[in-house]
This record gives sequence, C-alpha cells and structure tokens, in this order.
Amino acid sequence: MTDERHSQPAPDADGAEAEHPDVEPAATSVPPASKLSGAAGTLLLPVLAILSALVIGAVVIVLSDLTFLAGFGADPIGALGAALGNVGTAYGALITGALGSPDTYFAAFRSGDAAQIVAAFNPISETLLEATPLIFTGLAVALGFRSGLFNIGAEGQLYVGAAAATFVGFAVTGLPWFVHLPLAVMTGFIGGALWGFIPGLLKARTGAHEVIVTIMLNYTAYLLIGFLLNLPGYQREGRSDPISKVTESTSYYPALVDGLRLNWGIVLALLAAVVVSWILFRTTKGFEFRAVGFNPTAARYAGMSIAGSTILAMMISGGLAGLAGTSVVLGVTHSLTFGLSPGYGFDGIALALMARSRPRGVILAALLFGALRAGSTPMQSQTGIPIDLVVVIQALVIMFVAAPALVRGIFRIRVPEATGAEVFSKGWGA
Amino acid sequence: MSATTASAGVIVDRAAMRRQRIFGIFYLLLAAVVAFILAAGIAPDATSTFVLKSVGSKTGLDIPNLVVPSVLTLYLIAAACAFLGAIQLIRGFGTRWAVVLMVVVMLFVFGFLTWAGTDKSMSLIGILQVTVVKALPITFGALSGILCERSGVVNIAIEGMLLAGAFTGAVVGSATGNIIVGALAAGFVGAALAGLLAVLTIRYRMDQIVAGTVINIFSAGITSFLYSRILQVHQELNQPARFPQIPVPVLSEIPILGPMFFSGNIFLYVLFILIGLIHYGLFYTRWGLRVRAVGEHPRAADTVGINVNLTRYRNVLLGGIVAGIGGAYFTLGSTGSFIHDMTAGRGFIGLAAMIFGGWTPIGAFLASLVFGFADAVQTRLSILNIPLPSELLEMTPYLVTIVVVAGLVGRVRAPAADGRPYEKE
Repeated sequence: MTDERHSQPAPDADGAEAEHPDVEPAATSVPPASKLSGAAGTLLLPVLAILSALVIGAVVIVLSDLTFLAGFGADPIGALGAALGNVGTAYGALITGALGSPDTYFAAFRSGDAAQIVAAFNPISETLLEATPLIFTGLAVALGFRSGLFNIGAEGQLYVGAAAATFVGFAVTGLPWFVHLPLAVMTGFIGGALWGFIPGLLKARTGAHEVIVTIMLNYTAYLLIGFLLNLPGYQREGRSDPISKVTESTSYYPALVDGLRLNWGIVLALLAAVVVSWILFRTTKGFEFRAVGFNPTAARYAGMSIAGSTILAMMISGGLAGLAGTSVVLGVTHSLTFGLSPGYGFDGIALALMARSRPRGVILAALLFGALRAGSTPMQSQTGIPIDLVVVIQALVIMFVAAPALVRGIFRIRVPEATGAEVFSKGWGA
Repeated sequence: MSATTASAGVIVDRAAMRRQRIFGIFYLLLAAVVAFILAAGIAPDATSTFVLKSVGSKTGLDIPNLVVPSVLTLYLIAAACAFLGAIQLIRGFGTRWAVVLMVVVMLFVFGFLTWAGTDKSMSLIGILQVTVVKALPITFGALSGILCERSGVVNIAIEGMLLAGAFTGAVVGSATGNIIVGALAAGFVGAALAGLLAVLTIRYRMDQIVAGTVINIFSAGITSFLYSRILQVHQELNQPARFPQIPVPVLSEIPILGPMFFSGNIFLYVLFILIGLIHYGLFYTRWGLRVRAVGEHPRAADTVGINVNLTRYRNVLLGGIVAGIGGAYFTLGSTGSFIHDMTAGRGFIGLAAMIFGGWTPIGAFLASLVFGFADAVQTRLSILNIPLPSELLEMTPYLVTIVVVAGLVGRVRAPAADGRPYEKE
C-alpha cells in the first residue's frame, strides 16, 4: 500500500546532498543483492520505517482490543483472527479514506457525470488538503535542522500566524482578493516569524536552548489564542464559545477545482518548497545557515555571524509555520478555533527527519502523512479506532528514520546512513 | 554555544554593562507600575489581609493574620524598587545582581498580591501550600533529569514519562484497586520508556533530543489513543482511589512550614527521601563519583575501568522510574483521573528547574518551588476574580521558565559530556 506511493521514481538531486553519498563503498559484510543505489536507496529507509511503524501500529490496535483480550483465553486463534480482521478493516478504511476506492472511481467514470467524477476524487483532494500545512511545517522544521536549530515550536508559530491572518481576514474589508489574500498571507508569515524571533533571539543572545523556549512558547501561544478568542472584536458576535469572526471571502485561497475543498494553498506550499530549496542551496545566507548548522565553530572562524544566522533562520522557520496556519484558516476553516491544528507542527518534525531536511523529500513525506491524516477520520468513524493512532505511527516513523541502525538490524539489509551531521543535543550551556 | 565562551573577555563586560542598565530601567518601571497603576484605584484607608493560618490546623498555635494598609504598602514597595533601580543604574550591584533581582521580583509579587487582596482576605498560606503541590511533579521531573544528565544523557523525554506514568497510575490503580501497585506500575512504565531512550541513544547513538522527542510524541499519542479507545468506554478503569493526606505528627503543626511541607500525601515524603538519597548518592558515594565522572569526562572514566555505557543505562533507567512515579502523582496524588495531555509541559519545566538548580537535587527542588509559586499565584488570582484575563495569568509559569532559561544558561554549568554519545576508541 504505502510502497506504491513511494516507489514512484523520484529523482533525488538536491545539490547539497554530496555530503551524504547514497551508496556506501564498503559494504563487505552484506550480501550484494541488498546493495541499493540512487533513488531506491534513499527511499528504502523511509519505506521500511513506515512499514515497521504500521506493523507496530497494528500490534497496538490488537492489544488495545478488549474483546480480543477477553476472548483470547477461550479461543486464541479465533480472537486473534477477529482482531487482525479489525486491523485490516481499519487500514482499509484508512487507505480508501485517503485515496478513494476503486469502485467509486469506476462508477463515477462509467456514469460520465462531471460532478460525480469530481466527487470521486474527494479523498485525494482531502489528502492534498491535509498535506498543505504539513509541507509548510515540514519545511519550517527542516530549515531549522539545516541551520542547527531544533524548532519544536512550529505548532505555536502556526497558531500565531493563523491568528494574525484571521485578523486581517475579517478586519480588513473592501479589498479585491488579489490584494486581500496576499496581505493576509503575509501577515500570517510575519506573525509566525515574530513567534520564531523570540527563541532565535534568546538562543543567539543568551544561549537559551531553543527546545525548551519553543515548547514554552507553544503553551503561551495556546493561551494567547484563548485570550484572543474571548476578546470582544475578535470573538464572533453572539457566540460564547471560543471562535473568531468569519474571514472575508476575498481572503480565501481560491479553490483549485470547483466542488472540492482543495485550494491554491497547496500551490503556495510547493512554491515555498522551491523557495526554501533556493535559499538553502543557492544563496549566501543559505550557505551561512548550513555552515552554522554543520559546524558553528568553523562558521565563526570563517567570519559568519552565528547570532544573525540563528535569528534569521528561526524567523524564516517560524514564518513558514505561520504560512501553515494561513493555509488552514484562509483555505479551510475561514475562522480561528482551538482545533485548528491537530498537531501539524509536531508532524513537521517527523516529516523533516524523514526527508532528511530536503525540501523535495518534505513534499513526499507530507503527501504520505497527509494521506494518513485524511484517512484517519473515516477510519475513526467506520471502525472506532481513534485518530491518535496516527500520532503513534508518526512517533515510530521518526524513531526508525532517525535510527537507521534499528531498521538495518530488523531487516538485515544495508540502508543509507542517516543525517549524522546534525547533533542537536550539545548540552544546555552557552 | 562555544561562540560566546571563546571571546568571553570582551562580551561579558559589555553584556554586564548592558544588563546593569536594562535591569535598572526594569526596576524603575516596576516601581512606576506599583506606584501609579496598582496604588491608583485604591481607597486610602483600605487594608489587605493575608491569612497565614492553615484551615486544617487544629492546634493551639494561633498565627495572627497579616493585615497591611494597602496604599502605604504599595508606596513603600514602589520606593524600595525605585531605590534599588536607581542604585542599579548608577553603579550596579556587581556579582550580587541576581540576589537584588530576586528581592525586587519578590517585592513586586508581594505588591501585586497586596493590590489583588485589597479589602479582601488573601490566603497566603493557601498560596504557599499550592506552591509545594505544584512544585512536586516538577521536582520529580527535575530529579529524573539530574539522574540522566549527570551521567551524560540529555533526557528531554521527561514530559512523556510523566504523562505515561499518570496514565498507567490511573489505569493500574483502578484495575487492581490498589493505588500502591498503580504507582509502582507507573514507575515501571517510566523505566520502560527510559529503556527505549537508553537503547536508542546509547546503543544506536541516535541524537538524544530527537530520541526524547520521539518518546514524547509516542507517549502523547499512545495515551490519547488508549484513552479514547478504552477509558472512554470503560470509565471504571479511570477512577482510582487517591493517596490520602498524611500529616506528620508534631512537624505538621509548625506555623507556615508545617502545612507546606508536612501535611502532604505520600508523594511528598517520597520526594524528600529521593532528594536526600540522590544528593547523598551523587556527592558522597562511590557510585555518585563514577556517575559524575562519566558525565564529565567519559574517556577518563573509561580509562580507569568504569563501564561508561553501563553507568548511563543504569542512570537513565533510574531516571525513568523517578519520572514514572512522579507522573503517577498527577492522577493518584492529585486529580484522581487521567485526562488528555494533563501534564501540560511540566516535564519541560522540570528540565528548566534542573538547569536553574545547577544539576543538584536540592537546587532543583528550590527552583521547582519558584515555578510552583508562579503557578500557585496564578491559580489563586484566577479565583479572586481580579481584572486580568485568566489566560494571561496562566502564561506565568511558562514565561517564568523562559526567563529563567534565558537568564541562567551560561551561568550554570552543565555536565561537560552532557548530550554526547560515547564511543570507545
């Protein structure tokens, strides 16, 4: 299932990857059959990581199945069969929820009715819709990683960006869409960038570790949103629950296809990936980011400003997370609420690690996680297995991707070394 | 990181000068806030009452309430802040700046409470009691961090261990009907997560912060998953008994300190024992010397025959047990039943307390009390219905954490090999 998604040939030629050769020369102890090269080699690790995560996810489903546990004593095989059947149904619902079912496509095309064909593509539209904020947050975390920063605060930056964009969305009226939308998007970017500026500045000036600061700022951001949503002038009139006013329709991302929720946000996300790639690998600043991330001491001796690079990288990272916020409020919900993000900011960490901080990889990984997120809602409604399974699967994916030796040990094959260059835990001190 | 240390000579002077000026202006600002904003709307003859006697106290020791004239107190506080600010601006306090900062902040907080308690009675003893209650899980987290980091493993997974401990404590405590078993099971689950952390970071040399993040995300995911899948259907699995308060005879009757430190439940006393044990163990035993050697200079420790990785495994596991039991406090010692994400960042605040306390158990406990106090004041003020939005008050513990981390990192010293995997040559 996941293999098909990932075995599409994905030429992997980001310029900076010279330092991570995909094939290692000294593969002596391993049978030659398992030597892989090129794109397949790069994709092998994520694919195996996802497979392993899905298998463990299945184990979790079975072990948390109380009817299975109750029936196991009397009829172990029958109970196990039933439980595995549940797993099959759940994963089936997950896949059809994310990609659509062949039957629906078939029926739609046979009928020839345009509306019905569009409707059949709804699951794919939902997947891409979920992938949009994920691309942004994945890029945000990836850019941080490249610059030697672990931005766990994408979630908070997303909310602040969304709050700022929402404000421009409902408070500014009378503008044509081609002014209003860019204005709202820019404000979202700036909101996220400001929230990223704080940990950047503190890290650069005082050495405060960005992990603690960004996590604390996540909680602060939630409370800030709670405060805003109860503020007269921001809260929707006549409502007592925390929900903002509705944004003007001129601030919406226009739909890509009529009848589907998919919108131009995804195009902006893809553009952002190109821009991030360009910044990182084609500009002087990007070179500084990577130099500082790779070896701060050497970067300083080369005359680069670590403080400046840290602050700027953190701001761009925060801004990208802010854009993720705009893609939700301006693209889907059209108002600000607490449930805006089911954890897109944390998903970004998994994405960036899986993609080894490469923008192109982030897109692929975001599509995968978008599919997981989009499919999990129908999974929950059809089989009663909670959405939170996706979070468990994500944690496992990060674990397997970040520890390639683990995958190597399980599958007895040679997979490319992981990042290696990034060590974040250099202690707490300045 | 090493950027600031290398050119310390120049930067520190300039930084100290700037700090002197910023703090001076900050103190003057606080003075102005107290004098012109807080004192402004109060009637001249109003008084603020601070209750010092605990409600549960039943002895003859009668502690009178502290009654102060509100406006006068505020003006005195403003004057003191302004005075300190002026001195700070003109000539600075040299190395004693931190003490002065603490004094000013305490004065301001007292002024704030005086303002909030105008014409009301404010239970100061209540705030102090809640301080200890709120500090308790933070200290457990900090102790877990100390155990791990003294041996050179950064444990950012404390949050996840606390959360898993809270969940396990509630479920096992309800299922077995025995809360002690619940607490022990929580410790076991904490150890299991710590074992995962240890294997990933020591055996597979995964980045320690990434590994910790994996455990945090996993823990949040699996507890929410099981909560939705099992506990919402079988609510009887989420109704454990709670550990009763056990006032220590005699000691609990000491004014102020008694209700704070000697009337808690078993977790508080376990915590005291742990603080003592870890302090003694780390600084007065062979084990502690070896642990610290491994955390400071693993190669040297290896050379004299200490098994570096074994020491680290053992310490991370111990840290996991402490964090797991601390997590059980959230359910078995405090609220009774598990809810989604109930630890709300306390594990990370514990890390900050560990840093603030300079990687020592006693220091970490005192630091946790500071965070607990911020939390307690916040809770009390939200009850008092003062004209400040509750969300802004709730930010206090998080903002205090940021300020502490930003203000102290670099001035306290982490174990030298903290966060670095060890490879034999």
